Amino acid sequence: MPTSPSEPTAPTDLAVVGAGPAGLAAAVAAADLGLRVTLLDAGERPGGQFYRHPAPGLGARRPEALHHGWRAFAGRVHRLRDHQRHGRVTHLTAHHVWTVVRDPDGWRLHAVAGPEETPATVRAAAVLLATGAYERQLPFPGWTLPGVVGAGGAQAMLKSGLVLPGKRIVVAGSGPLLPAVAGSLAAAGARVPAVVEAASYTGYAREVPSLVRNPGKLVEGAVHGGGLLRHSVRLLTRHAVTAAHGKDRVEAVTVSRLDRDWRPVPGTGRRIPCDALAVGHGLVPQLELGTGLGCATRRTPDGTLALELDGDQRTSVPGVWAAGEAGGIGGAELALTEGELAAASIAHELRGTPYPRAVAGLARRRARLRAFADAMAAAHRPGPGWTGWLDDATDVCRCEEVPAGSIREAVAELGARDARTVKLLTRAGMGWCQGRMCGQAVACLAGEEPAADRRPLSCPVPLKHLAELPPPAEAGAED
Amino acid sequence: MSPDPSPQALVRAEPEASFEVTFDGRPLTALPGQSLAAALWAAGILAWRTTRGSGAPRGAFCGIGACYDCLLTVNGRPNQRACLVPARPGDILTTQEGTGHADLAV
Ligand SMILES: Cc1cc2nc3c(=O)[nH]c(=O)nc-3n(C[C@H](O)[C@H](O)[C@H](O)COP(=O)(O)OP(=O)(O)OC[C@H]3O[C@@H](n4cnc5c(N)ncnc54)[C@H](O)[C@@H]3O)c2cc1C
Ligand code: FES
Repeated sequence: MPTSPSEPTAPTDLAVVGAGPAGLAAAVAAADLGLRVTLLDAGERPGGQFYRHPAPGLGARRPEALHHGWRAFAGRVHRLRDHQRHGRVTHLTAHHVWTVVRDPDGWRLHAVAGPEETPATVRAAAVLLATGAYERQLPFPGWTLPGVVGAGGAQAMLKSGLVLPGKRIVVAGSGPLLPAVAGSLAAAGARVPAVVEAASYTGYAREVPSLVRNPGKLVEGAVHGGGLLRHSVRLLTRHAVTAAHGKDRVEAVTVSRLDRDWRPVPGTGRRIPCDALAVGHGLVPQLELGTGLGCATRRTPDGTLALELDGDQRTSVPGVWAAGEAGGIGGAELALTEGELAAASIAHELRGTPYPRAVAGLARRRARLRAFADAMAAAHRPGPGWTGWLDDATDVCRCEEVPAGSIREAVAELGARDARTVKLLTRAGMGWCQGRMCGQAVACLAGEEPAADRRPLSCPVPLKHLAELPPPAEAGAED
Repeated sequence: MSPDPSPQALVRAEPEASFEVTFDGRPLTALPGQSLAAALWAAGILAWRTTRGSGAPRGAFCGIGACYDCLLTVNGRPNQRACLVPARPGDILTTQEGTGHADLAV
């Protein structure tokens, strides 16, 4: 049971943050190897973003219709329940971990639980960060209108709540998620007039070797492609939605052709009527718990940052491991693989447990999938010209309603050279989401590469919980 | 033969009994296990918050708890992320204006 910060639970061997493919696989594998595990997730059900599925009350008899690889998930959930019954795994649902701090015996994880925001503390000898990712958004005029939703967000709402944001949904942005999202929305009854992809796909041609070593991925692509054809969805490459129109909700979008640098080509804009737009430009690793602990990061081929990990999934901070998208975007299969590798390494380090025989195969699979992910990331890296979509009135920061004009002014007239200074001058990124939605865009407008998440807390926390915290010896909350 | 394509038809959903919640006094039907955001979308409602600056309408954007655009007042408690909180019978949902309240540290 959750307890208050002053009375934490008895220490466990391993605390896993995130019950997506990576965290779930790690928790189950670590328990198989004899560790006592506490698995925490902000959500109600295991599965993370990929294996999002309807709640039992929705009575889905064929949840796998919205998934591939469902068996890999169902098998692990079965093992998770078994470990829970035997007291080897504690699964804390609806627990949002807001900070991890050092403790004499290892680590202390502080969470808020449920809508009542009850404080909870977990102590553990080792921590595995499997916090996944969120979508990268590049702003454009009209992107704050109701009906404009994240592409992955639309997918997530469909998978978990069996709902659609509209009947006629344009899917736009960049990255391999778009055809998957379009396919799901169409299968669930939406009309998808177009998938609008900013990259050209010619980038893939350079990556033929890593593509042919990933036949599973090619099949996946073909399945989505086939689904799109069947639903007569048009695929427009090197195009972008450069404006959304409507008064109280989106009624149409303007789609423009892009040049090589993603600058809209003048005179190419055309309107597509729709009642929703699902948009996203790939994913950004969610790192703040790791960067708060001082874990080193690396730049990924699409310009974002991920945690720097060794061959055993260790971060640069001893006692802290990471798996899945927190270490770089790579898909569910890679996340599962990394979770199992991390579990083997943690059991070895805590208990001297010999590495299971399967580890060599897992490491090979990880290398193959990482190479593929890097190729995809490079192909979909945003071109610098995307800022040409913005007019000065477009809000870049959704929370604080900071328009592009103010950010440009901070850069051009007030001399701001980085996102941090822009933030201080304009309040961009200072609102509820702490820059998760605008951070990448603000960095581009400030003329720098996006920097690592440096949020003192990973979610807003009632002040009284902060006040009850022991003195912040090494909380890393310097920002 | 097959029913019209819909999310529920796709996964052959046979939901348990639906229940009522109200949004700004208007009754809505929610299904057990749906998030508040999903129940609102199912009723065709895409906006349930107005921004502090310009009073612009907002609703769910990221769908996964990251953007905080879906904040909603639930049973008098402001700043709930509608995309994360499950709907419960009798929930009273009200449009959240501005910040809700300000006793939260960010
Ligand atoms: C919105 C969205 C939709 C996606 N849809 C698809 C799709 O349709 N098809 C596809 O192939 N891929 C999809 N992806 C990518 C896919 O989710 C990943 O490849 C895969 O899920 C990675 O697994 P993971 O375990 O690393 O992270 P995730 O599955 O993202 O799991 C991370 C988990 O950590 C939890 N978490 C994060 N921070 C905290 C915290 N501080 N405290 C507690 N819990 C926390 C989250 O609630 C989540 O459950 C999507 C990604 C996103 C963001
Ligand atoms: S929709 Fe983004 S937090 Fe709920």
